[in-house]
Amino acid sequence: MMRISRLKGRVWKFGDNIDTDVIISGKYLNLTMDEIKNHVLEAISKGFSKNVKPGEIIVAGRNYGCGSSRETAPAALKALGIGAIVAESFARIFYRNSIAIGLPAILCPGITKIFKNGDEAEIDMKKSLIINLTSKESLKFQPFPMEMVKVLEGGGIEHLLRQMVVKDRKRSGKKQVSRG
Amino acid sequence: MGFTIAEKILARASGKKSVKPGHYVTANVDLAMVHDSMAEVYDILLRTGVKRLWDSSKVVCLLDHWNLPPTIRAAENYKKVRRATKKFGMRYFYGQSAGICHQVLPERGHILPGQLVVGTDSHTITYGAFGAAGAGIGFSEMAYVLTTGKLWFKVPETLKFNINGILPRRVMSKDILLHIAGKYSVEIAQYKAIEFSGQTSKEMSLSSRMTMSNMAAEIGAKFAFFEPDEKVFGCLKERTKERFHPIKADVDASYEKIYDENVSTLEPLVAFPFSVDNVKPISKIGPIKIDQAVLGSCTNGRLEDLRIAAEVIGRRKIHPHVRMLVIPASAQVYQDAIQEGILSKLVESGAIICNPSCGPCMGAHMGLLASGEVCIASINRNFRGRMGSNEAELYLASPATVAASAVNGKISDPRAF
Repeated sequence: MMRISRLKGRVWKFGDNIDTDVIISGKYLNLTMDEIKNHVLEAISKGFSKNVKPGEIIVAGRNYGCGSSRETAPAALKALGIGAIVAESFARIFYRNSIAIGLPAILCPGITKIFKNGDEAEIDMKKSLIINLTSKESLKFQPFPMEMVKVLEGGGIEHLLRQMVVKDRKRSGKKQVSRG
Repeated sequence: MGFTIAEKILARASGKKSVKPGHYVTANVDLAMVHDSMAEVYDILLRTGVKRLWDSSKVVCLLDHWNLPPTIRAAENYKKVRRATKKFGMRYFYGQSAGICHQVLPERGHILPGQLVVGTDSHTITYGAFGAAGAGIGFSEMAYVLTTGKLWFKVPETLKFNINGILPRRVMSKDILLHIAGKYSVEIAQYKAIEFSGQTSKEMSLSSRMTMSNMAAEIGAKFAFFEPDEKVFGCLKERTKERFHPIKADVDASYEKIYDENVSTLEPLVAFPFSVDNVKPISKIGPIKIDQAVLGSCTNGRLEDLRIAAEVIGRRKIHPHVRMLVIPASAQVYQDAIQEGILSKLVESGAIICNPSCGPCMGAHMGLLASGEVCIASINRNFRGRMGSNEAELYLASPATVAASAVNGKISDPRAF
C-alpha cells in the first residue's frame, strides 16, 4: 500500500491541454532548478511560482502535460512543493515522468467538476479518494498499478536505482570473497 | 483473434507469447537514444553510482537541441555529455555535426523494423515509419534503461487510420496529420498506438511517413506505425548489415477504432496558436502577416521538404520583411540539398541556411521570436512561448505552405505557386 497515505492542500485549478512548454518553456531548460522554478506556468498564471506553497495540489482538465518529454516539467512542479497533480487525463510521457520522480499524478475523470480554484483538497491514497474539504464533495480514483506503487513508494526511480546499485555491489563483493 | 503491431512487439520484447491492451509488461529495450539530455541522465547515473551501462553498443547519443551552444552553460552541458560518452564507452556518439536525432538514427541504419526503441525525446515515435516501436521517456527512466536495459510498458489499444485517395498538388503528408488533429483533437490517440494504413500510406515516401509518425506525438500517440515494406527494406539495405524481423499486424487484429480518411480533396492546412488541433484550411483564413518562416525540424527538415520549398519559391525572393530560416535535418540532408542545387536556390532567394540541428523549434536558440512577432513553421508544436516570447504567435504548416508564406510575407496558399 502507498506509504504517502495522505495529502492535504489548497487547489490550483487549470484547464485542458496544459502543455509542457507552458509548464516550463524550453528556453529555460539550461538554467539551474532554482532559477527554473521561477518560470513555472508563467505564460498562463502570473505569480504562480511566487504564490504556490509546499503541499498544494494541482487540479487540471484533460491531456495535462502534453508535448515534450522534458522531465523538467514535473520536476519543476515538484521542486515548488506541489504534492500531487490530479487531472481528467494526462499526456503519456508527463504521466510516466511524474511517477518516475515520485510525484503522484492521479488520473481522476470528473475531478474538475468538484473543484474550484482555491478549494481545500485532501487525497487519501490508501482509499484512493479525493475529498473537497470546502464543498464536502468527494471522488474515487483508480488505484495505481503495482509497478507504479513501487516507484512512488521508493520516492522515484532514482532511489530505486541507487538501492539496486548498492545491492549489486554487496552481491559482487560477496562473490569476490568466496572466490578468494 | 490476431494482434496489432504494438501488441506483437511488446509481447516479443517482454518474452511473452501474447499481450493484451491494458496489460503491464517489463520489456527488454532494443535501442536507446539520448540527445542533449545525456547531461541530466549522466547526473542521475553519477548520483546513483552506476558504473557501467547495460549494453553500450545499444545506445546512440548525439547533440542536436542546443547545437551549436548559444551560451556557456549550454557548452558546459555539451562538455558533460562528451565526458559521459567517454566514461561509459558508448560506441555510437555522433557529436554535433550529424543533425537531429530522429533523422540521423534512421539514416545511419540504427532503426530496424520490429525494434522497441526508447529515447529522451517525445518524437522518438518517428521510428514507427520504419515499423519500429519508438517511445519517448524522461531522464530518470532513461537512467534506468541505460543501467538495466528494461522498462515497464502498458500495452496500448491501437487505432487504425486508413488513408486513401491521391494527395492534390502542393498538399503534403503534414496536411494529412493536421487534418486528423483538427478533425479529432489532440487527444484522439492519447496513450494509444496508431497504425497508418491504406493506399496513400503505402505510396507515400519514407520521409512523408516520418512526418506523420513524428506528428502523431501531437495527437497523444505512444507509437505510430506504418507497415514496413520494400521501401523500408531498400533503405536499410545500404545502411546496415543487422538482421531484423519485420512485424505486421494480423488481418484479424483487434483495433479500438478504425478511421477512414480520403485525402483527394484535402487542401493545405494551418494550425493556429496555441494548439496543434486549432486547424483551419488555407482558403478560409484572412491575411496574417509574418515576420519569420522556419523550414526544418525532425518533422519537416528532410530533402523532399527542402526540395518542395525551393520549387515553390522558384526564382522569387523571400519577402523583405520576412526572415526565412532553413535548417536541414541532418548533415546528409544538407549535403544532398547542396548536390541538387536546392540550397543555392534558397540562398539566392534570401533564405538563411543554419547548421543541422533542432534550431529554434523548442525555443533553445537560433531565431527566437520577439513579443508580437508572428512565425509560420514546418515544425511540430505551436505552444505558447515555444519559440521565444510568450507573446509571439506560432503557426504550423507544411514546407510548401511555409515557403509560399515566406515569399508573400503573409500566410499563403502554396497551390498558387
